[in-house]
Amino acid sequence: MKILVTASGNDLNAPLDSRFGRAANFIIYDLDTDAWSVIDNRQNVNAAQGAGIQSAETAVRSGARCLVTGHCGPKAFKVLSTAGVRVFYSKALTVSDALKEYRAGTLAEAASAET
Amino acid sequence: MILAIASGKGGTGKTTVSVNMARMFGADIQLLDCDVEEPNDHLFLKAAAISEEIVHVPVPQVNNTLCDGCGECGRFCRFHAIVPSAGGTLVFSDMCHGCGGCMKVCPRKAIHEVDQRIGAVETGRLDDITLIKGRLDIGRAMAPPLIRAVKDRLRKDIPAILDAPPGTSCPMITTLQGADYTLLVTEPTPFGLHDLKLAVDTVRTLRIPFGVVINRSGIGDDRVRAYCREEKIPVLLEIPDDRRIAENCSEGKLVVDALPEYRPFFQKLIRLVRDGTAC
Repeated sequence: MKILVTASGNDLNAPLDSRFGRAANFIIYDLDTDAWSVIDNRQNVNAAQGAGIQSAETAVRSGARCLVTGHCGPKAFKVLSTAGVRVFYSKALTVSDALKEYRAGTLAEAASAET
Repeated sequence: MILAIASGKGGTGKTTVSVNMARMFGADIQLLDCDVEEPNDHLFLKAAAISEEIVHVPVPQVNNTLCDGCGECGRFCRFHAIVPSAGGTLVFSDMCHGCGGCMKVCPRKAIHEVDQRIGAVETGRLDDITLIKGRLDIGRAMAPPLIRAVKDRLRKDIPAILDAPPGTSCPMITTLQGADYTLLVTEPTPFGLHDLKLAVDTVRTLRIPFGVVINRSGIGDDRVRAYCREEKIPVLLEIPDDRRIAENCSEGKLVVDALPEYRPFFQKLIRLVRDGTAC
């Protein structure tokens, strides 16, 4: 299963980006094979509007079934939950720490957007 | 003649200039309060109400039983207002600009338009002045459709003054489009100058002839005047930094009523604009 983690850099040691819609990068990690790739999300960092929606569309297209981030706005959350992507919130410092937390099952799943 | 009163920086005195010019115009005049997010011309001109019209914008509604998730609507929309997905097509109506495109491209005819209220246009009359103002509903984020509705009520045979919203983004540009002349009201301070330059860039791009009014002359420094000289921008009027003007404004009083010595200031401005637009 693929999981998406928001990142400010482009590898597993990168800081976890606390925002979803305006995160610099998305790390797509395959939990079954440990293969991973990076999606550049910078077009949404400075978008005037629709950043959250566009990022959510990117996330859905990536094939990730769940994602880990710090905050997710209401429009992005609506798109993700309609598409069946589960959202988890983490305060981890790095992408790999966030993945460890997910695997340990210690992350809180979002029932709605966190403001 | 359509005269727009704009600024870069907010709070420079657009409304002060607009309402006092309307008061001194001396003939039938239309005053359009296009700052629909916070109209305030009516605080100074207690116009008798004539009409109120509710304004709507069309937004899409999707019949999800007809929708097959083909994604055409999402590909068409520039504003991410309609988002197809496996779980159903979502509509974010506050992102929608009402172009109707999604409806046209849907192969299943699963989208129809519903009217969504955004605000109201109120018309009133006080002596020679017809005051037309837009009032955007609280919670609505998009001003331009309502500004267009206010401007739609403009009569072409009577001169008009448009009190624009502050700044230089969509609401100001929507107000200024089609104007014959723009007055940019500024204050002679570094902040005023910075934002005046942005406003000058905007009116030049819109290709509307313009001049500057310096309000609160006496404060700050000389750089706004120097900038206007270098750029060959006419300074049509300087209003002094007179505390009594502020006091009267705070009580909703017109400067030209409370302080008659300022009447020639606004009469001169009217003359200069008329000469400038040869109207």
